[in-house]
Amino acid sequence: MGFAIWDFVFIFMWQQIQSNRNRSILLVIGMGLLLALLGYFLGLYFVGSGTVGLFIALIIWAIMSLVGYFQGDSILLATSRARKIKPDDHPRLYNVVEEMKIASGLETMPSIYIMDDPALNAFATGRDPKKASVAVTSGLLQKLNRDELQGVVGHEMAHVKNRDVLLMAMCAVLLGTIVVLAWYASRFLIFGGMGRTRRSSSGGGSAGQAIIIIVAIVLMILAPILAQLIYLALSRRREYLADASSALYTRYPEGLASALEKIGASTDQLKSANKATAPMYIINPFRKQGMSADDLTSTHPPISQRIRILRAMAGASYEDYSTAYQQVIDTNKIIIPVAAATGGMALRAAQPEAPEKLEVVQRTRETTNALWNSHNYKIIQCPCGTRMRLPPSYKKPEIKCPHCGRINPV
Amino acid sequence: MTILLWVIIGIVAILIIAFIAIYNGLVRLRNQVKNAWAQIDVQLKRRHDLIPNLVETVKGYMKHERGTLEAVTKARNLAQQLASAGPGERAKVEGELSSALGRLLAVAEQYPDLKASQNFLALQEELSSTENKISFSRQFYNDSVMQYNNQTQMFPSNVIAGMAGFKPGEFFEVTVAAEKEVPKVSFTSQEKS
Repeated sequence: MGFAIWDFVFIFMWQQIQSNRNRSILLVIGMGLLLALLGYFLGLYFVGSGTVGLFIALIIWAIMSLVGYFQGDSILLATSRARKIKPDDHPRLYNVVEEMKIASGLETMPSIYIMDDPALNAFATGRDPKKASVAVTSGLLQKLNRDELQGVVGHEMAHVKNRDVLLMAMCAVLLGTIVVLAWYASRFLIFGGMGRTRRSSSGGGSAGQAIIIIVAIVLMILAPILAQLIYLALSRRREYLADASSALYTRYPEGLASALEKIGASTDQLKSANKATAPMYIINPFRKQGMSADDLTSTHPPISQRIRILRAMAGASYEDYSTAYQQVIDTNKIIIPVAAATGGMALRAAQPEAPEKLEVVQRTRETTNALWNSHNYKIIQCPCGTRMRLPPSYKKPEIKCPHCGRINPV
Repeated sequence: MTILLWVIIGIVAILIIAFIAIYNGLVRLRNQVKNAWAQIDVQLKRRHDLIPNLVETVKGYMKHERGTLEAVTKARNLAQQLASAGPGERAKVEGELSSALGRLLAVAEQYPDLKASQNFLALQEELSSTENKISFSRQFYNDSVMQYNNQTQMFPSNVIAGMAGFKPGEFFEVTVAAEKEVPKVSFTSQEKS
């Protein structure tokens, strides 16, 4: 009897721990503990009370979290200068996003944004999967075919579905708090905040004091570095998961692989990205040319590695991705733990495409139209074949065609 | 004595919590299956709605393809009549509609005027995207059914599934004989084995 019950509880707990989400949450808790430790020892060092230090650290963290939680998406969308589009503005993009929304099982359609930038990149935001946004650059829309676009959008939808946006925002705030705290503490230390603890030495010998001082200084130096490493490890882990999810949704990892290849080969850098928003993009917007090292200091795994993993996949399930990962990296590490066997998931064939040259012309036209539309320009088609774009400031009821002289109603 | 009592209370509490968690998990999965089925329904209806428009656009250009057009209309009407049938029966009629549409689009390749028409291009994008959406919603539905069925068959949740009467879900599989002839339509090209 007793055995059966423990078996029961054990299996239940195991299922919970197995899921990747909870491992990520462990990393976040680790960062939280780091912040608490830093606050406690700095408090002990500067004001003689660990509790006060802890309290101050928590207040700073709470304020930063609130700002991040309520303003995060609008700040990101505003700084990236993305423009929202309507379904008619770019039917192909809208359809691809809707296809991925269906494949991922999201309940609500995210808002779609286009960034007018020749760089190839995309990102997703939204702390709540019900109020998410997906943004892509106009360069991406011009260079990628439908399957490739689907792979990229699938990757972004995976970030939304897996709640990476909220997770990474929480982490960024924790990291920020730790950095700010350590920075101010070090300024205090240099410019003579030293004396306070010595005077208020109520209990404990000088040995205890020395230990506190050493721990506080070590934490001050190490905590920001450690937090940064945790943050980056988490970010890379979520990128792998999003790649795997994209393959699962599209059943066509080659689409994302070939998109990543095109993205990696392009030399344009995104103008509007900054360090804080970097982990949100599909590739690191600050990568240097030819960077391939799998170092500890990048928010994203190297592109070439991501492509090789995707191309090594035998099926479309998470297990297939995990196996491919182990093959390519040559390790036994399980990158995506799966709770239950999900069975075979076969890959699909590529979608038929028009010849590449025609496609590119068509794609460019679509994208420019979408950009004009998002700026509220009106498109008038004259019977002679001329297309006229009218700015929103044009108020007259009709327009004369510059080619054939016909008068067209607006 | 009191220690034993507390141990029993603790065990009962853990059992109750585990029961609630597993039961709720099963309900969540069953609802996911239901929602996924509703999604397929939405997309299939959408396709039914697009077809009269397509036939209307194509008619003027394709004078000699009356048979192909009629087959599409017929398959569409039949599929619409069986709109409230179960997954197995619907899969059959929708599969027939898919192959009729595939044949129509394949024939359309031979009419350059039609292919150049802006109206037809927009319709083609809508239609092929709807085909994609159908297969993606089918894919999500089948994944959900598999997840749900796994949960109802695996220990320990199978005990609770049996007690509370959770029945296994039915897969939505489409197999069309003419599959190989119509590579344009991806309704059947993502078969799960």
